[in-house]
Amino acid sequence: MDMVSFKGLVVFASAVVAVAASLLMVTRRNPIHSALWMIVTFFNMAVIYLVLNAQFIAVAQVMVYAGAIMMLILFVIMLVHMETGGVVDFRKFHRSTKTMIAWIVITVILFIEIVMGAVFYQMTGQSGKYTVEAVSRVGHVKTVGALLYTQYLFPFEIASILLLVGIVGAVVISKRK
Amino acid sequence: MLPLDPEGLYFILSGVLFTIGAAGAILRRNVIVVFMCIELMLNSVNLVFIAAANELSSVDGSIFVFFIMTVAAVEAAVGLAIFVMVFRLQNTVNADEINLLKG
Repeated sequence: MDMVSFKGLVVFASAVVAVAASLLMVTRRNPIHSALWMIVTFFNMAVIYLVLNAQFIAVAQVMVYAGAIMMLILFVIMLVHMETGGVVDFRKFHRSTKTMIAWIVITVILFIEIVMGAVFYQMTGQSGKYTVEAVSRVGHVKTVGALLYTQYLFPFEIASILLLVGIVGAVVISKRK
Repeated sequence: MLPLDPEGLYFILSGVLFTIGAAGAILRRNVIVVFMCIELMLNSVNLVFIAAANELSSVDGSIFVFFIMTVAAVEAAVGLAIFVMVFRLQNTVNADEINLLKG
Protein backbone atom coordinates (compact mmCIF):
# COMPACT_ATOMS: atom_id res chain seq x y z
CA MET A 1 0.00 0.00 0.00
CA ASP A 2 1.40 3.30 -1.06
CA MET A 3 0.95 5.60 1.88
CA VAL A 4 1.08 8.80 -0.15
CA SER A 5 -1.57 7.76 -2.66
CA PHE A 6 -5.17 8.80 -2.25
CA LYS A 7 -6.14 5.23 -1.36
CA GLY A 8 -3.46 5.10 1.30
CA LEU A 9 -4.65 8.34 2.81
CA VAL A 10 -8.26 7.10 2.89
CA VAL A 11 -7.22 3.87 4.57
CA PHE A 12 -5.02 5.70 7.06
CA ALA A 13 -7.74 8.17 8.02
CA SER A 14 -10.35 5.42 8.31
CA ALA A 15 -8.03 3.29 10.40
CA VAL A 16 -7.24 6.15 12.80
CA VAL A 17 -10.91 7.08 13.18
CA ALA A 18 -11.90 3.41 13.63
CA VAL A 19 -9.34 2.85 16.39
CA ALA A 20 -10.23 6.13 18.12
CA ALA A 21 -13.97 5.41 17.93
CA SER A 22 -13.54 1.87 19.25
CA LEU A 23 -11.42 3.19 22.14
CA LEU A 24 -14.17 5.69 22.94
CA MET A 25 -16.74 2.89 22.62
CA VAL A 26 -14.94 0.85 25.27
CA THR A 27 -14.37 3.73 27.67
CA ARG A 28 -17.68 5.65 27.63
CA ARG A 29 -19.82 5.19 30.73
CA ASN A 30 -23.09 5.80 28.93
CA PRO A 31 -24.09 2.74 26.82
CA ILE A 32 -25.87 4.96 24.28
CA HIS A 33 -22.62 6.80 23.60
CA SER A 34 -20.84 3.45 23.31
CA ALA A 35 -23.37 2.28 20.73
CA LEU A 36 -23.03 5.48 18.69
CA TRP A 37 -19.22 5.26 18.67
CA MET A 38 -19.57 1.63 17.62
CA ILE A 39 -21.57 2.78 14.58
CA VAL A 40 -18.74 5.19 13.70
CA THR A 41 -16.30 2.27 13.89
CA PHE A 42 -18.49 0.15 11.61
CA PHE A 43 -18.77 2.92 9.02
CA ASN A 44 -15.00 3.36 8.92
CA MET A 45 -14.47 -0.37 8.55
CA ALA A 46 -16.94 -0.31 5.65
CA VAL A 47 -14.72 2.30 3.97
CA ILE A 48 -11.71 0.02 4.44
CA TYR A 49 -13.66 -2.89 2.89
CA LEU A 50 -14.40 -0.67 -0.11
CA VAL A 51 -10.71 0.05 -0.56
CA LEU A 52 -10.06 -3.70 -0.33
CA ASN A 53 -12.40 -4.32 -3.32
CA ALA A 54 -15.18 -5.95 -1.28
CA GLN A 55 -18.13 -3.75 -2.20
CA PHE A 56 -20.81 -6.27 -1.26
CA ILE A 57 -19.34 -6.73 2.20
CA ALA A 58 -19.00 -2.95 2.66
CA VAL A 59 -22.71 -2.43 1.92
CA ALA A 60 -23.69 -5.42 4.04
CA GLN A 61 -21.55 -4.02 6.87
CA VAL A 62 -23.45 -0.73 6.80
CA MET A 63 -26.87 -2.36 6.44
CA VAL A 64 -26.51 -5.34 8.78
CA TYR A 65 -24.13 -4.04 11.44
CA ALA A 66 -24.60 -0.28 11.50
CA GLY A 67 -28.25 -0.51 10.49
CA ALA A 68 -29.85 -3.60 11.98
CA ILE A 69 -27.68 -4.86 14.83
CA MET A 70 -26.82 -1.49 16.35
CA MET A 71 -30.45 -0.39 16.05
CA LEU A 72 -31.45 -3.53 17.95
CA ILE A 73 -28.83 -2.80 20.61
CA LEU A 74 -30.03 0.80 20.95
CA PHE A 75 -33.62 -0.40 21.35
CA VAL A 76 -32.60 -2.82 24.08
CA ILE A 77 -30.53 -0.16 25.86
CA MET A 78 -33.60 2.07 25.96
CA LEU A 79 -35.83 -0.86 26.90
CA VAL A 80 -33.82 -1.65 30.01
CA HIS A 81 -33.58 2.05 30.97
CA MET A 82 -29.84 2.54 30.79
CA GLU A 83 -29.88 5.81 28.88
CA THR A 84 -28.12 7.57 31.73
CA GLY A 85 -25.61 4.81 32.32
CA GLY A 86 -27.60 3.09 35.05
CA VAL A 87 -27.63 3.65 38.77
CA VAL A 88 -24.72 1.31 39.45
CA ASP A 89 -22.47 2.28 42.32
CA PHE A 90 -19.07 1.91 40.69
CA ARG A 91 -17.14 1.97 43.97
CA LYS A 92 -19.05 -1.09 45.14
CA PHE A 93 -17.84 -3.14 42.20
CA HIS A 94 -14.41 -1.61 41.85
CA ARG A 95 -11.93 -4.08 40.40
CA SER A 96 -9.16 -5.16 42.74
CA THR A 97 -5.53 -4.44 41.92
CA LYS A 98 -4.89 -8.11 41.16
CA THR A 99 -7.68 -8.12 38.58
CA MET A 100 -6.33 -5.00 36.95
CA ILE A 101 -2.81 -6.43 36.75
CA ALA A 102 -4.14 -9.67 35.25
CA TRP A 103 -6.18 -7.66 32.76
CA ILE A 104 -3.22 -5.53 31.70
CA VAL A 105 -0.98 -8.60 31.31
CA ILE A 106 -3.57 -10.45 29.22
CA THR A 107 -4.22 -7.43 27.01
CA VAL A 108 -0.54 -6.63 26.43
CA ILE A 109 0.33 -10.26 25.65
CA LEU A 110 -2.58 -10.55 23.23
CA PHE A 111 -1.65 -7.33 21.50
CA ILE A 112 2.04 -8.20 21.16
CA GLU A 113 1.18 -11.67 19.85
CA ILE A 114 -1.15 -10.31 17.20
CA VAL A 115 1.18 -7.53 16.07
CA MET A 116 4.22 -9.81 15.93
CA GLY A 117 2.18 -12.35 13.97
CA ALA A 118 1.08 -9.65 11.54
CA VAL A 119 4.57 -8.22 11.13
CA PHE A 120 6.46 -11.47 10.60
CA TYR A 121 3.76 -13.26 8.64
CA GLN A 122 4.57 -14.15 5.06
CA MET A 123 1.59 -14.78 2.83
CA THR A 124 2.18 -18.22 1.32
CA GLY A 125 -1.24 -19.03 -0.11
CA GLN A 126 -1.85 -19.64 -3.78
CA SER A 127 -3.47 -16.79 -5.66
CA GLY A 128 -6.99 -17.45 -6.82
CA LYS A 129 -8.60 -16.62 -10.14
CA TYR A 130 -10.75 -13.75 -8.83
CA THR A 131 -8.41 -10.86 -9.51
CA VAL A 132 -9.64 -7.30 -9.11
CA GLU A 133 -10.11 -6.93 -12.87
CA ALA A 134 -11.98 -10.24 -13.22
CA VAL A 135 -14.31 -9.37 -10.33
CA SER A 136 -14.95 -5.80 -11.45
CA ARG A 137 -15.93 -7.02 -14.93
CA VAL A 138 -19.06 -8.72 -13.58
CA GLY A 139 -19.31 -6.96 -10.23
CA HIS A 140 -18.51 -8.12 -6.73
CA VAL A 141 -22.15 -8.80 -5.80
CA LYS A 142 -22.66 -11.09 -8.78
CA THR A 143 -19.43 -12.95 -8.09
CA VAL A 144 -20.29 -13.54 -4.45
CA GLY A 145 -23.89 -14.45 -5.29
CA ALA A 146 -22.84 -16.97 -7.94
CA LEU A 147 -20.43 -18.62 -5.51
CA LEU A 148 -23.02 -18.64 -2.70
CA TYR A 149 -25.59 -20.45 -4.83
CA THR A 150 -23.19 -23.00 -6.31
CA GLN A 151 -20.08 -23.90 -4.37
CA TYR A 152 -21.32 -22.69 -0.99
CA LEU A 153 -24.97 -23.71 -1.35
CA PHE A 154 -24.97 -26.12 1.60
CA PRO A 155 -23.41 -23.66 4.11
CA PHE A 156 -25.85 -21.06 2.80
CA GLU A 157 -28.81 -23.34 3.59
CA ILE A 158 -27.39 -24.04 7.04
CA ALA A 159 -27.07 -20.29 7.59
CA SER A 160 -30.72 -19.81 6.68
CA ILE A 161 -31.76 -22.56 9.11
CA LEU A 162 -29.60 -20.87 11.75
CA LEU A 163 -31.45 -17.59 11.14
CA LEU A 164 -34.79 -19.38 11.48
CA VAL A 165 -33.68 -20.99 14.75
CA GLY A 166 -32.50 -17.57 15.94
CA ILE A 167 -35.89 -15.96 15.23
CA VAL A 168 -37.76 -18.77 16.98
CA GLY A 169 -35.32 -18.70 19.88
CA ALA A 170 -35.63 -14.95 20.36
CA VAL A 171 -39.44 -15.18 20.39
CA VAL A 172 -39.47 -18.13 22.79
CA ILE A 173 -36.99 -16.53 25.18
CA SER A 174 -38.74 -13.16 25.34
CA LYS A 175 -42.28 -14.60 25.60
CA ARG A 176 -44.00 -13.88 28.89
CA LYS A 177 -44.91 -17.07 30.69
CA MET B 1 11.82 -0.98 9.25
CA LEU B 2 10.62 -4.55 9.27
CA PRO B 3 9.81 -6.33 6.02
CA LEU B 4 6.10 -5.62 6.04
CA ASP B 5 3.54 -6.78 3.53
CA PRO B 6 0.99 -4.20 2.50
CA GLU B 7 -1.53 -6.57 4.03
CA GLY B 8 0.46 -6.55 7.24
CA LEU B 9 -0.85 -3.06 7.96
CA TYR B 10 -4.44 -4.30 7.72
CA PHE B 11 -3.55 -7.21 9.98
CA ILE B 12 -2.07 -4.81 12.53
CA LEU B 13 -5.19 -2.63 12.41
CA SER B 14 -7.28 -5.74 12.90
CA GLY B 15 -5.08 -6.77 15.83
CA VAL B 16 -5.47 -3.36 17.46
CA LEU B 17 -9.25 -3.48 17.10
CA PHE B 18 -9.38 -7.07 18.37
CA THR B 19 -7.30 -6.15 21.41
CA ILE B 20 -9.52 -3.17 22.19
CA GLY B 21 -12.56 -5.43 21.91
CA ALA B 22 -11.03 -8.14 24.10
CA ALA B 23 -9.94 -5.61 26.72
CA GLY B 24 -13.41 -4.10 26.80
CA ALA B 25 -15.08 -7.51 27.01
CA ILE B 26 -12.93 -8.37 30.04
CA LEU B 27 -13.15 -5.03 31.82
CA ARG B 28 -16.65 -3.71 31.24
CA ARG B 29 -19.52 -4.75 33.51
CA ASN B 30 -22.50 -3.71 31.45
CA VAL B 31 -23.44 -6.83 29.49
CA ILE B 32 -24.65 -4.82 26.50
CA VAL B 33 -21.29 -3.04 26.20
CA VAL B 34 -19.56 -6.42 26.56
CA PHE B 35 -21.78 -7.62 23.73
CA MET B 36 -20.74 -4.68 21.56
CA CYS B 37 -17.08 -5.45 22.32
CA ILE B 38 -17.65 -9.01 21.06
CA GLU B 39 -19.17 -7.58 17.89
CA LEU B 40 -16.04 -5.45 17.48
CA MET B 41 -13.86 -8.57 17.80
CA LEU B 42 -15.93 -10.33 15.13
CA ASN B 43 -15.52 -7.29 12.91
CA SER B 44 -11.75 -7.24 13.28
CA VAL B 45 -11.68 -10.89 12.21
CA ASN B 46 -13.77 -9.93 9.18
CA LEU B 47 -11.13 -7.37 8.29
CA VAL B 48 -8.43 -10.07 8.24
CA PHE B 49 -10.58 -12.24 5.97
CA ILE B 50 -11.18 -9.39 3.52
CA ALA B 51 -7.54 -8.24 3.50
CA ALA B 52 -6.21 -11.77 2.94
CA ALA B 53 -8.78 -12.48 0.23
CA ASN B 54 -7.85 -9.25 -1.52
CA GLU B 55 -4.17 -10.16 -1.41
CA LEU B 56 -4.79 -13.66 -2.75
CA SER B 57 -7.31 -12.64 -5.47
CA SER B 58 -10.06 -14.72 -3.92
CA VAL B 59 -13.71 -14.11 -3.00
CA ASP B 60 -13.81 -16.82 -0.35
CA GLY B 61 -13.01 -14.16 2.24
CA SER B 62 -16.19 -12.28 1.36
CA ILE B 63 -18.22 -15.51 1.62
CA PHE B 64 -16.79 -16.25 5.04
CA VAL B 65 -17.52 -12.71 6.19
CA PHE B 66 -21.08 -13.13 4.94
CA PHE B 67 -21.51 -16.21 7.16
CA ILE B 68 -19.86 -14.47 10.12
CA MET B 69 -22.36 -11.62 9.71
CA THR B 70 -25.22 -14.14 9.68
CA VAL B 71 -23.99 -15.69 12.91
CA ALA B 72 -23.51 -12.23 14.44
CA ALA B 73 -27.09 -11.27 13.55
CA VAL B 74 -28.50 -14.45 15.12
CA GLU B 75 -26.29 -13.90 18.14
CA ALA B 76 -27.59 -10.33 18.47
CA ALA B 77 -31.24 -11.43 18.28
CA VAL B 78 -30.93 -14.24 20.83
CA GLY B 79 -28.48 -12.43 23.09
CA LEU B 80 -30.55 -9.27 23.34
CA ALA B 81 -33.67 -11.35 24.05
CA ILE B 82 -31.73 -12.96 26.90
CA PHE B 83 -30.67 -9.52 28.20
CA VAL B 84 -34.27 -8.30 28.19
CA MET B 85 -35.36 -11.44 30.08
CA VAL B 86 -32.53 -11.07 32.60
CA PHE B 87 -33.50 -7.44 33.13
CA ARG B 88 -37.11 -8.47 33.82
CA LEU B 89 -36.03 -11.08 36.36
CA GLN B 90 -33.15 -9.27 38.06
CA ASN B 91 -33.81 -5.62 37.26
CA THR B 92 -30.17 -5.15 36.30
CA VAL B 93 -27.85 -5.83 33.37
CA ASN B 94 -24.65 -5.56 35.38
CA ALA B 95 -22.50 -8.64 34.76
CA ASP B 96 -21.29 -8.66 38.39
CA GLU B 97 -24.82 -8.78 39.80
CA ILE B 98 -26.13 -11.53 37.53
CA ASN B 99 -24.98 -14.52 39.57
CA LEU B 100 -27.94 -16.91 39.56
CA LEU B 101 -25.74 -19.79 38.45
CA LYS B 102 -23.40 -19.34 41.41
CA GLY B 103 -23.69 -22.37 43.70
